[in-house]
Amino acid sequence: MDWGFIAKYAPLYAVAAQVTLFVSLWGIVAAMLVGLVVALVIHAKVPVMRQVASAYVELSRNTPLLVQLFFLYFGLPKVGVTLPAEACAIIGIAFLGGSYMSEALRGGLESVAAVQEESALVLGMAPGQSFVHVVLPQALVAAVPALVANVIFLIKESSVVSGIALADLMYLTKDLIGLYYDTSEALLMLVIAYAIILIPVSVAGTVLERRLDHGRG
Amino acid sequence: MGGAEILFQGETISRLLSGLMVTIRISLVSVAISIPVGVVVGIAMSSRHLLVRAVLRAILEFVRVMPQLVLLYVVFFGSATAFGLDLSGEAASVIVFSLWGAAELGDLVRGALASIPPIQYDSAYVLGLSRMQTFVHIILPQALARLMPPTMNLVSRMVKTTSLCMLIGVVELIRVGQQIIDFNRFQYPTGALWVYLAIFVMYFLVCWPLSIASRRLERRWAA
Repeated sequence: MDWGFIAKYAPLYAVAAQVTLFVSLWGIVAAMLVGLVVALVIHAKVPVMRQVASAYVELSRNTPLLVQLFFLYFGLPKVGVTLPAEACAIIGIAFLGGSYMSEALRGGLESVAAVQEESALVLGMAPGQSFVHVVLPQALVAAVPALVANVIFLIKESSVVSGIALADLMYLTKDLIGLYYDTSEALLMLVIAYAIILIPVSVAGTVLERRLDHGRG
Repeated sequence: MGGAEILFQGETISRLLSGLMVTIRISLVSVAISIPVGVVVGIAMSSRHLLVRAVLRAILEFVRVMPQLVLLYVVFFGSATAFGLDLSGEAASVIVFSLWGAAELGDLVRGALASIPPIQYDSAYVLGLSRMQTFVHIILPQALARLMPPTMNLVSRMVKTTSLCMLIGVVELIRVGQQIIDFNRFQYPTGALWVYLAIFVMYFLVCWPLSIASRRLERRWAA
């Protein structure tokens, strides 16, 4: 192990990790919004929109992110839609993640007993009020474990954005291996960088789940 | 929007299909290795030896927490430096996906074994079966039946994940698509749009039936 190499290039990994975090974070936020809309449309059985939403979920869940990214980054410019790589990455993660988030939220919505809404209506709440103040909070709590799993999944999936030339952790590692042949050092830093990002998320998720469980029990 | 003809000229479709075959081959070989390894791992995880469980858990958590692309890089680039091995991209992919599949399945097998009610063991012992007989003839078949839906799900995830192989130089579906786009760059300038769309559809047509089947089986088990 060449520790001098590691010390020299560790700062580059910090920069590359920011690219990974930037696209993951915005992708996850957008995926949550898409997921919420899709889950509501399917849950409320809005005609036509519901079929469109289900078709989207199937398309997004059954195709690889890399192909979605290549279509956005290399395919769309041919019809005059040229987006920067960062935008493609965020849209791709949102497109993929939206369906996973919607499934998680839908599971949460379905877990809320019908009597909750009925009781809220009996107490004189409007349907909108009962949804926002009674049903949704309980659904979100029930969905937390699945949502956390999706967040971890999407951060891991973001590793393919190196395929559209974004200088993330994967891209930097391949670059360093190609330039200097310090393969073991570059790979070690790659693994450590992902461990530093993913382990805290996983631990925070477990803590959050336990706390919410306690609140419900 | 013109240029869709690229898909119907010459050998485009047949070449894409041969690329798809590589994708499917890597997935099936990896799943075929993951299943027996995963069952063994799952049984070992149910072991009473604390050390066995701790070591296995550490390995499995590592495999499951790292992005698959990181594992591919570690095996593909790392094997040369660490062991002087010259692995092909496809061999490295099969190793990584088998390991990942075994880790995922191992955890499912452990869960399925834990879900078998104790009365099943007690009844078998009362009938005079030995511990080994009970495990092989009573417990394992019930546990494995519960694993059908998640296993089909794993195959579909495996197919999607093989798209990563092209990033370590394996000539599979996406790479073949890129070759077709590059070859026809001047004749069909909008080729990229159509070829990537075709690849998108091909992945969907392989993975979608698997997800439907997995969902159906799951519902049957829930009922």
